[in-house]
Amino acid sequence: MSVETAGYIDREGKRMGMWFFLFTEILFFGGMFLLYAIYRYKFAQDFHAGAAEENVFLGTLNTVILLTSSFTMALSIAALKKGEASLSAKLQIATILMGLAFLVIKYFEWTAKISLGLYPDSPVLLKLAKGEILFFGLYFVMTGLHGLHVLVGVVVISFMVHFTRTRTIGRKNYSRLENTGLYWHFVDIVWIFLYPLFYLIT
Amino acid sequence: MEQTHTEEHAVSTLTYTAVWIALLALLAATLAISKLQLLVRFSVLGSLVIAAVKAGLVLAFFMHLKYEGRFLKVMLGMTLLALTVLIGLTFVDVWLR
Repeated sequence: MSVETAGYIDREGKRMGMWFFLFTEILFFGGMFLLYAIYRYKFAQDFHAGAAEENVFLGTLNTVILLTSSFTMALSIAALKKGEASLSAKLQIATILMGLAFLVIKYFEWTAKISLGLYPDSPVLLKLAKGEILFFGLYFVMTGLHGLHVLVGVVVISFMVHFTRTRTIGRKNYSRLENTGLYWHFVDIVWIFLYPLFYLIT
Repeated sequence: MEQTHTEEHAVSTLTYTAVWIALLALLAATLAISKLQLLVRFSVLGSLVIAAVKAGLVLAFFMHLKYEGRFLKVMLGMTLLALTVLIGLTFVDVWLR
């Protein structure tokens, strides 16, 4: 793993660019977590009632899926660093499939809610207590924006599979996959906090 | 040529597997605490502490923060500090209103 003919590659600098983007993402999601914290403090009872209506089984299943997808993502980077491109591509595809499974489960959760008439600004929702309206509003906005991040991650990893197969990235040139991994793990961390806040705290 | 010390620290598959198992164990713990109502009065704090530990594991090992240089760690610390100040000051406003 030394610098050979291609000259010096500033891998740390490349990672840092991704980290700077993630810092803005932390504050982006942080603003919504702040909103959740304030309203939960003001409407504790309503938030308890709202969280009781969440499907804990599907939420937990999605947590297992996302944690495992982070594991395969980390392994795919390690494999590419060792020059095992084909193994790396397989692990990337496994990560993509888990990302898609997460979104499919999210789809079933959302449709179950919508069929009960629970969606932003719906007549059923507007009859609920003020805090419950806020709870479900935050639920749809936060899990929706998180789901959008998962979707973006799936698209980006799909490009990485292509790059891996065409040898555009490889043993000496893996920064793109590494940065994709940083993004994917960040999205995982956001879910690690969303899960207890929306599903467990009842 | 020598690489700088922060470059290319390889994490073993065994370490990644251990972190993954730890994450699933913490998930089981947070679920148990919530469902069995183990920490009645501190259940909110308990689940947030467990979430923070899980996030820490992902940051340190999956995101390689443990092997990064001090600059990046300080930058992340400043971001988290900014978020803490933001949340803290807003709560001061809510409490004193």
